[in-house]
Parts: sequence; structure tokens; C-alpha cells
Amino acid sequence: MQIKRRQFIKKLLLTSLTMSSLVFSKISLGKWVAYDFGYRPIEKSLNELFPNKTLKKTYKINLKLPRRAENGNVVPITITSSINNIDTVYILSEKNPVPLIAKFTLDPSLEAYIGARFKMKETCDVIVVAKAGDDYYQTRQRVIVTLGGCGG
Amino acid sequence: MANRSTIKIRTKYFPDYTLVRTLIAHTMETGRNTAQDTKELIPAHFIQTLTFKHNDKVVSECHMGFGISKNPFFSFKIKQAKLGDKITISWKDNLGFSDTKDHIVQ
Repeated sequence: MQIKRRQFIKKLLLTSLTMSSLVFSKISLGKWVAYDFGYRPIEKSLNELFPNKTLKKTYKINLKLPRRAENGNVVPITITSSINNIDTVYILSEKNPVPLIAKFTLDPSLEAYIGARFKMKETCDVIVVAKAGDDYYQTRQRVIVTLGGCGG
Repeated sequence: MANRSTIKIRTKYFPDYTLVRTLIAHTMETGRNTAQDTKELIPAHFIQTLTFKHNDKVVSECHMGFGISKNPFFSFKIKQAKLGDKITISWKDNLGFSDTKDHIVQ
């Protein structure tokens, strides 16, 4: 099928627009992507979220999590960090049907601090990944869940 | 929901930072739970994006799935906020509902 010149120009404009928005929007996450929050195992999720990236283990991210969560429906988490200029934070739970729980962007005017509450299906590690520029840092902590909170 | 806002915002001003806490009234249904009376699956209904603005500038954006608890709670710390600054929090869910609320730091 032949592409007319007008259509070609339209397409060119569209792609260049989306590309430029990707390049210039450093802080924005863009649109909510349903695919990121799909059902899949944790390894696949990590591979797809951070392709070809090494997640450095660090002790500079501090997680305040309960050692034993009575109710998996409400697990409070507080993330603090001494790493400079963190721009994105990901929270993942290893054995949840949807491992990615949430991702946050942080402006430099905010402190590296996030508090939230999330659901856990069963006893497993909680992984927090922080992105600072081109570096990715991760830290994990085990939480024992007595009553699962993902329904079903 | 009617005319009552689903968002509650509390701020606490400290000399070196300001703590912002927010509580949103939302069911956050996963789509995996069954209703007790009809034994049918409850359709998924959850917040997808949350935007946190400080003086009309977006400082944090959050994308979430249904892994966040029912009636979600979030807290942030602003490094330099002054008394009287405006804080806006808004959310949008997968069924197209949304809500916004303003708050003044006191």
C-alpha cells in the first residue's frame, strides 16, 4: 500500500512530537501504561521495567516496613534515602500477581521520602528501586504476611 | 461521592521541611474479589494516577495499580515550603472518575 505524501508528513510530525516529549519530559511519567501493571512473574516484570540495567544493591535506601504484617491488605511502607537527586521510585512486591505496585516521580524540591500503604498476597520480599539519573539502586526487605490481601 | 471531597490533606510545618499527608476514599477493587451475595466478580476499580502539586507546579506524579490498599494513604516531604503555600492533590481512576483538592499550608 502506498503512503500519500500528506499522510507521510502527518506521521512524521506525530512521531517527532512523541519523541521530543519523551526526551524533554524528564520528570513526567507520561501516560499510565496498562501493560506495566499486568499479571506476570517478578523476574519478567523487573526485566521489562529495567531492560539491560544493573540494579545496584545499596544500604542508602531505608525502608520502614513491618517485619510481620498481620493483614496483607494494609502494609504501611516509608521510604527514605540519602542518595542525592532521586527522580523515580518503584515499589514492587515479589509474589503479588501484579508485582509493580506503584511508581513515583520526585521533584528536586521534595525530600527523598515517600509514605504509602499497599497490599501483599503472601510472605515475600518487598523490592524498592530508586532511579537517580542513569543509576538504579535497589533494596529489599522480607515481610511475613499472616493473612493475604489480594483477594481471590 | 456527591459533593463531599474524597481527598483529605493534612500538612505539618517544620522549620526544615513540611510533611504532607493525604488520605483518599476509594475502594481500590482488584477485580479478583467476589461479591458475597451474588458470587460474581466485582469489576476492577482503582486509581491510576495521582498528581501532587506545590504552588501549581507538579512535584510528584504517581502511577499505581491495584496493589495499593483500599483508601490509599500517601505522604511526602517538601524541602522548602512557606506558610500559605498551596498544595493540590488530584487523582484519576480506571473508570474515568477523578477528584481534586486544594490545601493551604498552615
